[in-house]
Amino acid sequence: MRHTADHTHGGTLMTTFLWGVLPYITFALLVAGLFWRHRHDRFGWTTRSSQVYESKLLNIASPAFHYGILFVLAGHVVGLFVPESWTETVGVSEHTYHLFSLYGGTAAGLLALAGIVLLVYRRRLSNAPVFRATTANDKAMYVVLLAAIVMGMAAKLSHAGGDGYDYRQSIAPWARSLFTLQPDIDLMAGVPVLYEVHAVIGMALIALVPYTRLVHMFSAPVQYLFRPYVVYRSRDPEQLGPRPEKRGWEKAGS
Amino acid sequence: MRPMAQIAMVMNLDKCIGCHTCSVTCKQAWTSRRGMEYVWFNNVETRPGQGYPRRYEDQERWRGGWELNRRGALKLKAGGRIRKLAGIFSNPELPETKDYYEPWTYDYKNLTDAPLGDDFPVAPPISQLDGKPMKIEWSANRDDNLAGAPVHGDFDPMVDRARKQASDKVRFEFEQSFMFYLPRICEHCLNPSCVASCPSGAMYKRAEDGIVLVDQDRCRGWQMCVTGCPYKKVYFNHSTGKAEKCTMCYPRVEIGRPTVCSETCVGRLRYLGVMLYDADKVTAAASVRDERALYEAQLDVFLDPDDSRVRQACEEAGIPHDWLEAARRSPVHALISKYRVALPLHPEYRTMPMVWYIPPLSPVVDALSETGHDGEDAGNLFGAIDSLRIPLEYLAELFTAGDIGPVRSSLDRLAAMRSYMRAINLGEEPDPSVPAAVGMGAYEIEEMYRLLAIAKYEDRYVIPTAAVGDARRLEESALPQGCSLDYAGGPGMGGDGPVGQDSGRKLLPLVPVENFHALRSRQTADHPTQPVGPSDPEEA
Repeated sequence: MRHTADHTHGGTLMTTFLWGVLPYITFALLVAGLFWRHRHDRFGWTTRSSQVYESKLLNIASPAFHYGILFVLAGHVVGLFVPESWTETVGVSEHTYHLFSLYGGTAAGLLALAGIVLLVYRRRLSNAPVFRATTANDKAMYVVLLAAIVMGMAAKLSHAGGDGYDYRQSIAPWARSLFTLQPDIDLMAGVPVLYEVHAVIGMALIALVPYTRLVHMFSAPVQYLFRPYVVYRSRDPEQLGPRPEKRGWEKAGS
Repeated sequence: MRPMAQIAMVMNLDKCIGCHTCSVTCKQAWTSRRGMEYVWFNNVETRPGQGYPRRYEDQERWRGGWELNRRGALKLKAGGRIRKLAGIFSNPELPETKDYYEPWTYDYKNLTDAPLGDDFPVAPPISQLDGKPMKIEWSANRDDNLAGAPVHGDFDPMVDRARKQASDKVRFEFEQSFMFYLPRICEHCLNPSCVASCPSGAMYKRAEDGIVLVDQDRCRGWQMCVTGCPYKKVYFNHSTGKAEKCTMCYPRVEIGRPTVCSETCVGRLRYLGVMLYDADKVTAAASVRDERALYEAQLDVFLDPDDSRVRQACEEAGIPHDWLEAARRSPVHALISKYRVALPLHPEYRTMPMVWYIPPLSPVVDALSETGHDGEDAGNLFGAIDSLRIPLEYLAELFTAGDIGPVRSSLDRLAAMRSYMRAINLGEEPDPSVPAAVGMGAYEIEEMYRLLAIAKYEDRYVIPTAAVGDARRLEESALPQGCSLDYAGGPGMGGDGPVGQDSGRKLLPLVPVENFHALRSRQTADHPTQPVGPSDPEEA
């Protein structure tokens, strides 16, 4: 492990905040937001699809973005949570890994980027009803999401030469150390600025998930694979009304 | 046997005058909200016509309903579970706004605010989707009363199919044209493909009365149900991002009242009642290989409420007694199973629909009378049905997957009823051979006449309440909950939530702890005005 205590960019306080405090704030916001949403706003928990307004562009852009971003997510999970020693044990050298992550990640990233650019174009420029259905919340979310993707690709591609930047020696162990509640802040000391920016934006994005339409990622309907096709449910007895008067003439006064 | 009860509807198309009162009252009651401008839970189509949304019956395009796979098992026409999840990010089989229509309002302000000029000011149409001026090109019933039929008529998918059987019978020249009205609501199917398509499990069929509903809290807006429904009767609320559909007016039905569309029907052509059916038989019946056998197969699924074994099984299954009684008196059961004059709409979708239709006979009588014949004479009528201006082939494509037999037999019975009852009304000796010719007794004919022609309110709507049958269960729910002002648009409701319009749960399900304690202290108090509570330790 590298411990090059290089604190030239950013003071120690900032470093502690960014890599020791911010991740936990992010996590707290995520969990609290999901809990709040589930408890009080299940009605607002939706994909808010705009396909009914426009589907030609969406039919291309939406699958491109979603499949791209899912591969990107898988790449992040492997990169951050599979230690370098494990991949070396199964005989994958750092160079092979780097090339795999460079080409695979870039392809997935480009797919996601192309998708989201097309989606933003559709939302902002090509279709008036879709733009009209866009909230301020959506716009903020798009800025952060787009920034996270662009900065991630910038970080990756600007350190692409040779064996690239080996984040599995610094960022990945730091990310894992967060889960043991002993964040190893020093690991982040020598990380290139682009990676740092990407990580911070990424945390902002994660914190935003429950408070934006992104929350729909937590309702991926995998249970559909296992349930019977036709669902029966009983009436909710609390929602039944009182019995009415029988229809007919009103009784004359007695 | 696994008996279940279903609230079903029959519509007598003979009586529909196409006034759209049902559509308008339904719209006022249920869909006069933002996001639902284009939605008609109830619509009335002129047939032949494209319907709403346009050409919804073209399942090669929209992939609604079920089909059989190679092994003869049911599968969703739009693809099974894996295909649904893999394609969840967009849905190429989803109708767009233009397939329904772009909803609009008018700029009425222009009528009063326009500057003085030589021309009368007009109220130009404004799109309700983007707020801009628009050109009206289509609507829910733009082809009402065959408007534009010479141009649009051929777009009716059923016209294509009927022409394959009888090429010269469907014509749109004025002198040869025909039409009738088809009011449509959700079919509340026994084998609902919308429910089966919902990845979130938000759609369900109610166990007590078979009404198909969308749980608004669980819907995530994947819109697979819109594709899944071959009748296109699940709609996407583009404001809330949730699916909505005809609820069979369940708040009314639960207290024994007919649906809004039925109550307000000017022609009094709708019938509501209970059907008992065997849930174990549904899948097998829906998987019958021959499409034309599906009508008979569905009839076999229904149970006879007068059969003592059925009644016993129903009681064991927990169907309340008043529901059984309602099933015996059910006008829907009489029209579907006893007189066999009602037919299902598009049984070939294999969803086992539960809103059935009595095919229209009236144009035959009129056509006969116009040619100088006695339009209600039995001999003339029977002969004329085959040369009906509304081709049997066309009706058969709607109601029996193309099999003319059941349509013909239903029309025969209606014709026999007219002829027989006319004789009675004119004081003639009724001819017993007329009912016999259609396999009915004289008494049956008169009963059917009472139901169809007299059509008393109490006979048309036999709806058991939820409250009576479930009285015991209801006692447990007597705790007051929620505020009666917390309804959409009510005073208890806030404005737009932070994450989009109408978000936020307005009814907190948290409260009853206080209610519980209040009730308990009142129950254990010696005097109603002096409750002993848990909060008087000082006195102890």
